Amino acid sequence: MNTKIRRIKKSGFSKTFIIIIAVILNIGLSLLMGYWSYSWLPIQASEAAHYVDNLFAFETTIGTFIFLGCTGTMAWILVFNRAPKYDESNGEPLEGNLKLEIIWTIVPLLLVLGISTYSTRVNYKLENLGSKIKYDYGAEVPFVDEKKVFDYGPIDVISRQWNWEFVYPNGIHSSELHLPVDKKSNFRLITEDVIHSFYVPAFRLKQDIIPGSVITYSLTPTKEGVFRLRDAMFSGAYFSENQTNVIVESEEIFYKWIKETVKKELQNGLNPAGNLYQKRLRNGNRGWATVKPAPDPKVNDAGIESRPHDS
Amino acid sequence: MTIVNYDPRLVKSKNPYPKGPNDWKRFFSFNTDAKVIGIQYIVTALFFLLIGGLLAMLIRGELITPPSDLFDPTVYNGLYTMHGTIMLFLFLFPILSGLTNLLVPPMIGAPDMAFPKLNALAFWLVPVFSIILLLSFFVPGGPASSGWWSYPPISIQNPLGQIINGEMLWIIAISLSGISSIIGAVNFVTTIIRMRAPGMGFFKMPIFIWTVLAAQLLQLLGLPALTGGAIMLFFDLTFGTSFFRIEGGGDPVLFQHFFWFYSHPAVYVMVLPVFGIFSELFPVYSRKPLFGYKFVAVASFGITILSLVVWVHHMFYTGTPMWMRNLFMFTTMLIAVPTGVKVFAWIATLWGGNIRLTTPMLFCLGGLFNFIFGGITGVMLATVPVDIHVGNTYFVVAHFHYIIFNTIAFGIFAAIYHWFPKFTGRMFYEGLGKVHFALTFIGATLNWLPLHWAGLLGMPRRVASYDPEFAIWNVLASIGAFILGVASIPFILNMVSSWVRGKSAPPNPWKAIGLEWLLPSPPPHENFEEDIPTVLNEPYCYGLDKPFVEDEQFYIEKSLKKH
Repeated sequence: MNTKIRRIKKSGFSKTFIIIIAVILNIGLSLLMGYWSYSWLPIQASEAAHYVDNLFAFETTIGTFIFLGCTGTMAWILVFNRAPKYDESNGEPLEGNLKLEIIWTIVPLLLVLGISTYSTRVNYKLENLGSKIKYDYGAEVPFVDEKKVFDYGPIDVISRQWNWEFVYPNGIHSSELHLPVDKKSNFRLITEDVIHSFYVPAFRLKQDIIPGSVITYSLTPTKEGVFRLRDAMFSGAYFSENQTNVIVESEEIFYKWIKETVKKELQNGLNPAGNLYQKRLRNGNRGWATVKPAPDPKVNDAGIESRPHDS
Repeated sequence: MTIVNYDPRLVKSKNPYPKGPNDWKRFFSFNTDAKVIGIQYIVTALFFLLIGGLLAMLIRGELITPPSDLFDPTVYNGLYTMHGTIMLFLFLFPILSGLTNLLVPPMIGAPDMAFPKLNALAFWLVPVFSIILLLSFFVPGGPASSGWWSYPPISIQNPLGQIINGEMLWIIAISLSGISSIIGAVNFVTTIIRMRAPGMGFFKMPIFIWTVLAAQLLQLLGLPALTGGAIMLFFDLTFGTSFFRIEGGGDPVLFQHFFWFYSHPAVYVMVLPVFGIFSELFPVYSRKPLFGYKFVAVASFGITILSLVVWVHHMFYTGTPMWMRNLFMFTTMLIAVPTGVKVFAWIATLWGGNIRLTTPMLFCLGGLFNFIFGGITGVMLATVPVDIHVGNTYFVVAHFHYIIFNTIAFGIFAAIYHWFPKFTGRMFYEGLGKVHFALTFIGATLNWLPLHWAGLLGMPRRVASYDPEFAIWNVLASIGAFILGVASIPFILNMVSSWVRGKSAPPNPWKAIGLEWLLPSPPPHENFEEDIPTVLNEPYCYGLDKPFVEDEQFYIEKSLKKH
């Protein structure tokens, strides 16, 4: 007990000094983590990406500060407040401190309100999601008249168990999604069976596709390259194979692709799940039950399954 | 302060197991003693932790390499679905019910639960639905394989078209689990409200009791939505109704609302008692009063109320309109405030204490450390733009395992060690306990920390195969998972050998303040029997020279007498 009292009395200047050093160190490390956090994310390939990454870096910085603040204090306690062996005496009987408790209620409150407000503003900047319109089962997918301005589209994104098909305004069908760079493209997201999710990590965008509804969606790619499109909503047996590529090209190459593809005959498109299912049947159909994969999509551009991707 | 009295006939009820209270067969009977039921729950749940953990290692075995090469993907889907279901409904909920059963009556000075027969019924439903769930491994087509969310339409596709299928058994098991939990909740809430010792007003209750009350009220408010949703899903699957089928005009998104209205609060149902455990143990092992007791107590109800209005954050990208996403982002963020109050209070409790690093304390400190991390990634997930990128990826998997294992299971282990001497009358081996902690902490960190990066890079959850760029994170995670498997060995060794031949435990080995520590170890069937103590002060008055109960010395002496 005596040593403890001495320690408290000693405090004064040196204690404040240690706290200031610790806080400065913590701020430095937090800023560094925020800076590093950009490298944990894929290439920024859409207009949304840098808003999302900035928000993430901001949260990483604040999160690191809080994490190191709390765990640093815990480490300090573990080093300096350990009871010696066989010492079972009590610590300082502090029951609480109203001022401190009010501070640690108000400060986090303001902090989360601040982060939420910031995110809300980012939401309004992005505005990827258009309308969601229900239609009757078996009926034609309704055409949605988008009031918003976009540069290209609408491209129908058709998701299935387990392949993707993209239908362009001029009627061409493709297994890969070709998009012009720096142009706002518009999509109609459609599923023919269960819920899927249109997820392109390099774009930082994800949108579920709901049976019985058509969802309009728009985005602007900002970088040329090949990016993975992954189904992100579990959709059954071959869910992990339900991927394809997004190919972002310059406007010139994109229109050239459109022009050339329109002349191509319809052929079987990418369907890795179908191939795996055939293999399973050949091997005696072992495993647990699954619905049959949808047949190969009939497309003008069959795509390349093993195309190397940038992200 | 209100003094709660209960029917004195309860105290005089006969011992429910006629062959003497210490016959081991009592654990296999329809026993109505809360302490027996508590141990029944805990042992059953730990058995299922092993099964769920085995499934986890199979999952990590598949994911250690990018291609799907260990199992057919359909088998993988069934394994991860059953892993999640077993861990939640057969391990976490039952083990927390077990701890609640053991601790609530002694902590409030009650002889037993308010409805002992209902209590036994709630427990015996566990083996019933567990067997139903495990049987689903053997029906044609395999077990449920649509994830523990069981979202339609995937969950009602029923590829083989048979009436009895894995999904159907899954829904029946989940509904029975819900019924068991509702029965348990009615019992816990009634017991806490009606059967506290004289003098124990609400603001003299231990925090564990506060958190149990908050959590069990949440069960009563939320579970009907899930159970109702599950019954509708059952009808859609089995009888072809169209609650969620678009063919008949139903809407699959409706199920997601029913599901998450309960299943998000469910996380708080699990984590609140663990917050209670932290609040009990930190004062004991730092020899200080809980910092800001009243604040910490009330914060539990702040969490309960807020958790009922956050469920849409699981649906930010289902086509939810902008205003709704923003609204639910704000409500979700607000939960950080009462949770922060608790975290800061625990750290302030440790500050300037006399820290004893026993096994339970190590698990508490490890749990708190992980919880701070998991809480921060939780705030990240609550912000809509970040969630739209990392939602449904391994970032979420890593986040919720940081909460559900690295926090909740750590707290549960802490509680098991802390109260083991009280309820078995034996001391455990400290060395084995520390080995268990070290392996668990290293394994858990290695398992889930790397997966955050896999998720940030865009690896979807629930995949059986993945692109090679995610391999490094998955190899680390798999090694971590296998270490966690090894960690169960010292734990099992410790528990079994200590219970069989451990040193006999004194009534209060940790010098803790609390009604349960005034009882002999193990406590007699009716706890305080005819001498119910009168509570005088707040709990946790370490170093304050304020006696917790009237005539404390009488109870200490009584507890030392062998019964």
